[in-house]
Amino acid sequence: MRLAKDLMAATSAPLVLAILSEGESYGYAIIARVRELSGGEIEWTDGLLYPLLHRLEGAELVESHWGQAETGRKRRYYAITDAGRDELAEHRRQWSTAVSTLTHAFRGLGMALAGLLPTPAPAARPTTAVAL
Amino acid sequence: MSAADSLEPEAAIASWRAYLVSRGSLSAGDVDELEDHLRTQIDELRTAGLDADEAVLIAVKRMGRQDEIAGEYARENSRRLWKQLVMAGAPARRRRIDGSVIMIGFAALAAILAKLPELLGAPAFPALLGGGILALAALAASIAWRTRPPVALIAASAVGFALLFVLAFAYPFGNSSDTAIIFSLHAPVALWLLVGLVYAGAGWRTAAGRMDFVRFTGEWFVYFALIALGGGVLMGITAAVFSALGIDPGVVLAQWVVPFGAAGAGVVAAWLVDSKQEVIENMAPVLGRVFTPLFTIAVLAMLAGAIVTGGFGAYREVLIIVDVLLVVVTGLVLYVLSAQPPTARPGWTERLQLLLVIAAFALNGFALAAMIGRIGDGGFTPNRVVALGVNLVLLVGLAGSAWLLGRRVFRADASTRRLLAWQTGYLPVYGGWAIAAAVALPPIFAFA
Repeated sequence: MRLAKDLMAATSAPLVLAILSEGESYGYAIIARVRELSGGEIEWTDGLLYPLLHRLEGAELVESHWGQAETGRKRRYYAITDAGRDELAEHRRQWSTAVSTLTHAFRGLGMALAGLLPTPAPAARPTTAVAL
Repeated sequence: MSAADSLEPEAAIASWRAYLVSRGSLSAGDVDELEDHLRTQIDELRTAGLDADEAVLIAVKRMGRQDEIAGEYARENSRRLWKQLVMAGAPARRRRIDGSVIMIGFAALAAILAKLPELLGAPAFPALLGGGILALAALAASIAWRTRPPVALIAASAVGFALLFVLAFAYPFGNSSDTAIIFSLHAPVALWLLVGLVYAGAGWRTAAGRMDFVRFTGEWFVYFALIALGGGVLMGITAAVFSALGIDPGVVLAQWVVPFGAAGAGVVAAWLVDSKQEVIENMAPVLGRVFTPLFTIAVLAMLAGAIVTGGFGAYREVLIIVDVLLVVVTGLVLYVLSAQPPTARPGWTERLQLLLVIAAFALNGFALAAMIGRIGDGGFTPNRVVALGVNLVLLVGLAGSAWLLGRRVFRADASTRRLLAWQTGYLPVYGGWAIAAAVALPPIFAFA
């Protein structure tokens, strides 16, 4: 499935921040993780990811450092900053609202009341917010 | 694609890498990062059972079209590049023709407005200043026509223009009045920042929006200077030919061609900045880099001179000269910053700038000492108040920049974000001072 361009743009930053909140990572692994989280539905390109990572770094939501891959190659790793965690929390609040609203609208009010409400509780994993 | 035709994996990767580097929009680190991505992809495909050459072919293909990669980077780095190396071309071409017609209309309007107060019989001083304000208003209108800012911003800007225009005529300046000169120097600064309000539109509160206006100002100035240079040559030749014909061209040139030309050139320069971005590389940051070492050497030499001679002694107007120097230093710091990507590591230019700012501060100390020593005789004249006020405004701005530059150079905080926020956040202070000096000082000193 191809997400519409707007939806792709809106989800990419929270998705990267959520993945980095699991621990530091690098470009190729982030793309693989997105594939995995989306069950193979969302396939990011390098042309999308790296500019996004650099933009997030410019905004100091993530930070990067050069390290060594297991193969011995030079590799750039990214880690989320405290500001990034705050931003992620804000994204989660907004996405919870959006997802809950859409769920109501899509499934009809009656079914939504029958326990299908996604809980906006802070205990939810970041991935639930983007599992559209 | 030639890289994929090659069957030697390392050669193919090298060729692919060389292609990315040749696009010019990627830093070495960016290319390293992409290369690691490509190699990881190749390793994975080989683990899945592909031969080396097959893996390279597919991995390169999956990296997407390389123009797209370069294009994405150019967009991300567009603040640094601004003229948008890769994306130049397609858009805006359709509007260029009617855009140039509108531009000529605004330029003609600016030229006529510049001359209007004089034609209506106003005396020479306010006529010249009022004409300049009206021409600047036409320039602001031409920008507003293109950027379509929110109505509230147009209104705020128009109120500022109207206020200063009315005051230019309403203030009863005396003959050879110092306050008239103070008004003429400060009003354009305040008005130019109002032009910035219109230029940045809804983004006027953001650092990015303000920085775009700073860049626009630098490029506008470069274009304007080039047009003025060409115009000067043309007028010189015209004057020589008419003089040889026995006709005196002085009056026509000085009273009509110069004001018309200057007012029109302002609008044309603004239009050129926005529509011909691919013609000139961002010149202001380049000039900033060229002049940073030269100014550093010059200011260090001045400082050495001040130390050797023991200061400025009886020379009163030195603070004004040092103010001009501080304006230039502020400009250098601002324009070099305007071309920095947010994550760039501090380079030699910034180290030099830190030295330059500190040296300028020391020189300023000598100038202040000379000034304060003279306040006793003659007291606070308008010129001294302005010289001190401008000095204070510039010093605070530069002190903040120096502090953040220092943090950057000594690795405490490598990002340019705070420096950017400080410098763009400080812009309204210049505007506030300019308005205050133009509006409040003349009446305080009885228009002397």
